[in-house]
Amino acid sequence: MPILTADMSAGTLVEWRKQPGEVLERGDTIAVVETDKGLIDVEVFTPGVLEKIVVAPGTTVPTGTVLAIIRDAGSAAAPAPAAPAPTAPTVAAPPAPGRAAAIAPSARIRISPLARKRAAALGIDPASIRGSGPGGSIRQEDVDQAAAARAAAPAGPARSALDRQARLRQAIAAAMTRSKREIPHYYLATTIDMHRATSWLAAVNLERPVPDRLLIGVLLIKAVALALREVPELNSVWRGTEPVRTDAVHIGVAISLRGGGLVAPALHDVAGRNVGDLMRAFRDLVQRARSGGLRSSELSDPTITVTSLGEQGVESTFAVIFPPQVAIVGFGKIVERPWVVDGQIAVRPVVTATLSADHRVSDGHRGGLFLAAVDRLLQHPAQL
Amino acid sequence: MTRDEIRATVLRTLNEIAPEVAGATLAPDVPFRDQLDMDSMDQLNFVIALHAALHVDIPEADYPKLTTLDACVDYLDLAMG
Repeated sequence: MPILTADMSAGTLVEWRKQPGEVLERGDTIAVVETDKGLIDVEVFTPGVLEKIVVAPGTTVPTGTVLAIIRDAGSAAAPAPAAPAPTAPTVAAPPAPGRAAAIAPSARIRISPLARKRAAALGIDPASIRGSGPGGSIRQEDVDQAAAARAAAPAGPARSALDRQARLRQAIAAAMTRSKREIPHYYLATTIDMHRATSWLAAVNLERPVPDRLLIGVLLIKAVALALREVPELNSVWRGTEPVRTDAVHIGVAISLRGGGLVAPALHDVAGRNVGDLMRAFRDLVQRARSGGLRSSELSDPTITVTSLGEQGVESTFAVIFPPQVAIVGFGKIVERPWVVDGQIAVRPVVTATLSADHRVSDGHRGGLFLAAVDRLLQHPAQL
Repeated sequence: MTRDEIRATVLRTLNEIAPEVAGATLAPDVPFRDQLDMDSMDQLNFVIALHAALHVDIPEADYPKLTTLDACVDYLDLAMG
């Protein structure tokens, strides 16, 4: 059972999409699991052949539990049913540090003596705990966190929508509490003239067929991705005691769900994609976030989040960082305001862009450069 | 297509986008934004679905004319000639 969200401790296997004997390619959906964030398609990260299904549909298991055995395409089948398969890769490991301890229970687990004692006392398998210490090692607080999360997600049969709602609330509570406890946030805001961006968008959308029209949100997301090239430390994830910078920009897009709660799945490789491609991906992502069917990589991959509450009329949002990310960018409502252009007062559409960032990783000066870059990029929308 | 058929199509489209609201409870002369939790993505999906169902190309500049159920029926009736 892969760890799909920062505070996930268990998941329910809903359905197998592949059967024993089938050949698996990287990226194939092998199973559907139910988590705090709804139904998630679990993807395969290792090509091979599905040898054996271990966990039956309807079963809730802790993260780290082996769901199925995948055999390398070239190797022979396991000789006997009783033979252990210590080297067989487990299903769908998110490519994140700490995965070995998290998803391969047979691998050596790095855990402090104190944490091991605590885990034993609480009856938690260390293999199911995601370590936040050096090299992914498990610390005492990781054990406490796993215990709290387990209490919030007890094993059992499929739960009602109301339960799911309550668990989503608990998952958000756990992540946000951890964020505010561990991350020293600083906050910056700037107001950006959106005249050029909105004018360009209106002209472009006149030319585009209805299904291909762009939303302003896509320009904002793309501008954030390009600005991160200039201040790359904001595109990091916190591992143990230090930030790990990532090259790819996977932007988590905060999407509110009908009936309450939110998810922030990743739009992958935003910096390298054109806005038309991003818009299609964005529409697809919102639809799947609201109807079920997010992919495991979309939940585990975001390297920074963009949130916009402008739809609700909010002019600025000072957001809470999603751990283990180290920054979140907020956009408010685009409003018309008096604005000085070339010494004259003009009416311009403007948006307030905010940055909440982890002070352990960056300083306000660098954060300011980042927001200035977002502003500058939005003044040249055709180049986004 | 009659106005009743247009109305039925609009309601069906809305129910697909905002399934939490039954069409029967939608007040025809009150803005959608005061009754439904719709954002700009929902608005775009609404226009795309209307385009697919009725083959009407609705320019962005006309979105403000689609604020209520009655206004949608008026607009689409006119646009479809």
